[in-house]
Amino acid sequence: MIRVVLPAHLRALARVNGEVRLDLEGDVTQRAVLDALESRYPMLRGTMRDHVTQQRRAYVRFFACERDLSHQGPDALLPSAVVSGTEPFLVVGAMSGG
Amino acid sequence: MSLVRVLVGTRKGAFILESDGNRRDWRVSGPHFGGWEIYHVKGSPADPNRIYASQSSSWFGQIVQRSDDGGRSWQPVGNRFVYDGVPRTHKWYDGTPHPWEFARVWHFEPSLTDPDTVYAGVEDAALFRSTDGGQSWEELSGLRRHPSADGWQPGAGGMCLHTIIVDPSNPKRIFTAISAAGAFRSDDAGATWQPINRGLRSEAIPEPEAEVGHCVHRMAMHERSPNVLFMQKHWDVMRTDDGGDSWREISGNLPTDFGFTIDVHAHEPQTIYVVPIKSDSEHFPVDGQLRVYRSRAGGNEWEALTNGLPQRNCYVNVLRDAMAVDKLDDCGIYFGTTGGQVYASADSGDSWTPIVRDLPAVLSVEVQTLT
Repeated sequence: MIRVVLPAHLRALARVNGEVRLDLEGDVTQRAVLDALESRYPMLRGTMRDHVTQQRRAYVRFFACERDLSHQGPDALLPSAVVSGTEPFLVVGAMSGG
Repeated sequence: MSLVRVLVGTRKGAFILESDGNRRDWRVSGPHFGGWEIYHVKGSPADPNRIYASQSSSWFGQIVQRSDDGGRSWQPVGNRFVYDGVPRTHKWYDGTPHPWEFARVWHFEPSLTDPDTVYAGVEDAALFRSTDGGQSWEELSGLRRHPSADGWQPGAGGMCLHTIIVDPSNPKRIFTAISAAGAFRSDDAGATWQPINRGLRSEAIPEPEAEVGHCVHRMAMHERSPNVLFMQKHWDVMRTDDGGDSWREISGNLPTDFGFTIDVHAHEPQTIYVVPIKSDSEHFPVDGQLRVYRSRAGGNEWEALTNGLPQRNCYVNVLRDAMAVDKLDDCGIYFGTTGGQVYASADSGDSWTPIVRDLPAVLSVEVQTLT
């Protein structure tokens, strides 16, 4: 069970409260988490990564286990604490703008 | 009894105002999509319950919202705006080639006859169309394939396609305008395009009368006079009587001919409205006086409309998509400001009152007249 915490704007868009819980098969990577998220909530497509290039949007960050995983490759394995559900995978709107 | 619905897009959400035909008491709902930039909200002329809203943010990109019940509830629909083919380049601010990059939808123009068909004008400048109620989008790439496109350059607000006008007498004829490329016309439903900028003169570009490169801010048409278009250019208010083949200046006695918005009275094709703004370096009204100017002669002769508008210490702006008219017998005129007021006149501009104030900065105003 993967726990995902979305920023408030994306929770409102997807109409979810609290954490999203995902069951993933296979390797737990950033790509696998985002694929599963977008599959369950199609309205999130394009909000975290580009539709075509799949590159992370500039002001979106991915945190877990008190680490910034934003610059890891999309196919890198996520920390075991995320895989086990002990720690959530955080999608964060970067602190920028006014 | 008639109902008037005003659709307001702001920097931090959408608001919907409704009143009966007296237009005295207004109910305000919103913010819808609070915290997001709402560049434009527009209803379908074919089904006024169908409304499209452009919702975007620098963080999470573009969302398209659709309502099928007059704005009471909303559904996100398709937001995949992918340029057709290999993206070409346009000219960047520093003169270097820059690949087309999608940023946001500036303007939706729903079809006059089909609620599921809607055009989207986007930044970087391109025209998209959906024929399935916004679920999917296809670029009408003939515009961006025009030979001049590699020389188009963004204005200060980005390279946006902000104006889309479909000729009500000939659905194959479409007009668009791009900052800072100019005005374009298609006579084959968007397959091919030609620049229509003859007569425009822009001192801020190297060749003032160039075929493209003009910073057109807004164009407007009256449905009974589809060959007559009015334009607020960066500087200069312009008019064409031949569908854009040639333009002439109609700034006349305006205190300044810089501005963003322009619109036409619902029943008088020669009555037009602008909001003069001091200059391109000072985006506020002249002398702190918010004045709408009306010409009943199709330009050149303008009168200031001030009754009910602040005439001292007013330094707001009125953006290009922030004026609209209703279709009641005594035509209502509406505009929104960057100070968050929406002003309305129920008597063709003779008197004004704020129908809501202290909203976030207003980006767009549209009006639906419902019977």
